[in-house]
Amino acid sequence: MTALSLHDVSARYGSRVVASGVDVDLPAGSWLAIIGPNGAGKSSLLKAILGAVEHDGEILLDERPASALSARARARAIAYAPQNPQLPDRLTVTDYVLLGRTPHLAPLARERRADLAVVEQSLHRLDLTGLAGRALHTLSGGERQRAVLARVLAQQAGLLLLDEPTTGLDIGHAQALLELVDRLRAEDGATVVSTLHDLTLSAQYADRVLLLHGGEVVGYGTPEEVLTRETVARHYAAEVEILKTDNGNLVVTPTRAPRG
Amino acid sequence: MRARQDRGIRPTRLAPLAIAVALVGLVAVVSVSMLLGAANLGWTRVAQEVWAQLTGGRSPLSATEAAIVWDVRLPRIVLAGLVGAALAMAGAAFQGVFRNPLADPFLLGAAAGAGMAATIVVVAAPQVTGWVIGPLPLAAFAGAIGGVGLTWLLGRSAGGGTAVLLLAGVAVASFLTAIQTFVQQLNTDTIKQVYSWMLGGLNTTGWREILVTVPYIALAGVVLCLCGRLLDVLAVGDDEAASLGVRPGRVRVVVLLAASLATAAAVSVSGLIGFVGIVVPHVVRLLAGASYRVVIPLSLAGGAVFLIVADHIARTAFAPAELPIGVITAFTGAPFFLLVLRMNRQEVR
Repeated sequence: MTALSLHDVSARYGSRVVASGVDVDLPAGSWLAIIGPNGAGKSSLLKAILGAVEHDGEILLDERPASALSARARARAIAYAPQNPQLPDRLTVTDYVLLGRTPHLAPLARERRADLAVVEQSLHRLDLTGLAGRALHTLSGGERQRAVLARVLAQQAGLLLLDEPTTGLDIGHAQALLELVDRLRAEDGATVVSTLHDLTLSAQYADRVLLLHGGEVVGYGTPEEVLTRETVARHYAAEVEILKTDNGNLVVTPTRAPRG
Repeated sequence: MRARQDRGIRPTRLAPLAIAVALVGLVAVVSVSMLLGAANLGWTRVAQEVWAQLTGGRSPLSATEAAIVWDVRLPRIVLAGLVGAALAMAGAAFQGVFRNPLADPFLLGAAAGAGMAATIVVVAAPQVTGWVIGPLPLAAFAGAIGGVGLTWLLGRSAGGGTAVLLLAGVAVASFLTAIQTFVQQLNTDTIKQVYSWMLGGLNTTGWREILVTVPYIALAGVVLCLCGRLLDVLAVGDDEAASLGVRPGRVRVVVLLAASLATAAAVSVSGLIGFVGIVVPHVVRLLAGASYRVVIPLSLAGGAVFLIVADHIARTAFAPAELPIGVITAFTGAPFFLLVLRMNRQEVR
């Protein structure tokens, strides 16, 4: 089943088009990484799928037009973690994760026992149970990212939109977070669309990559197909080597011509 | 650690203990303020009078003294509680909508509108009598609503958004204050009356002010308490709130409307009493957590308690002279606020 289809989608702010000509069909349980140099339109495309930025073209969720869904129904289908999530200082981790249940509740209703069970499970899966009662402002950077992911998880949406989920994390925490997303994808069958700066991480976690440059799609396919030395040189103006490790992982590493 | 997990998670909710503490606090300050008024009736005799009214027994008070208790003291206490509750919950709501801890209930031109309208009424119709409710509170109410309405219109026409709305509030407030100053300068003979109203005070003429303000404050209280969870959602930012299926703009309109209604009702009978709307919600946050599901209702109760105490001090400390209540709210509230801040800092570190 196709979880997300974009047919000739462009994202725009008013009349200013920031990404265009996107054609993508994602089977359920796949991971698409949107890559591209700064200002390529990655986040805007993500927000267009979310419905927060205007778009032209057709967006299908589970083969139905997204525009036909109400705001709450759409929120039950799509969960979103922004690049710089705002975590209200003194709110507890539990209260924050509970916000993920919002689309499942009538506007003025209280959460039910089942909602609390989902929250508890989300906390448990992200190893946050011990921090459940802590205020958000007392968490470390990695713990905060996990709290955001727990909130996304509590939303129980089939499609996860993650905007630069590893921002501000060191290499270990970044890896742990992406492993976690990958596990959730495998266990829940969730579809992931993420923007990522790091090309190596994109290549190792996503099964498809979409390369944007100046708002245009300049590459789409498996990491091996898209991430070549020539492509990276052309669109990032960067000198890189593409290596393959013994266990088949792609590594994109910058190189420097010998001096002298 | 596992054993602790089994007990389940606990979201911040209005705990029975918190409700009990709030209710006991409220009953305690009302009782003390009833028994110890400015007129020295003797607290045991007042207690006997209350008991007699409740059980149908004989009261030791004369008819005049009984009237002091029931028609002067009690309405004033109730009014102080209502105004304190209105300002504190409105303050909490404004802080939630603007995601700014310094937002206060007078932010969107309510104070300036009320001040201007009150000044005009004092100057133009100083001696109107025989109305069910005086022209000054009516004008203040209309002025407050008008000020907020003007801010809203201006903000919308300039593109909407919270930052624009705040700027519009500043512009409207300056404009209305300028009119007020101009009118005042032309009529210096009434300046004292205007000034004393602006300082705030709770001089009642019995139960009328209460009957007139109760519906607005009660309505606003119900709406704001119901919106607590949605205010928590707004706290994560507009894009994320929308991604959770909430329409931030719509929530803001409803909350600001309710909070402005409560503010206008309070301003109309009490003038401008600062400090309550900022300090009470913050103390509540420090003591009971940041979720608006508890901040709004506990601010309501806390504001009532705080203003009843402040007003009691205002009218008894130098009786028969009365201090402006704004002086008392700042004088007692500021040190208390600092104390709670300090306590909380030690707890966090």
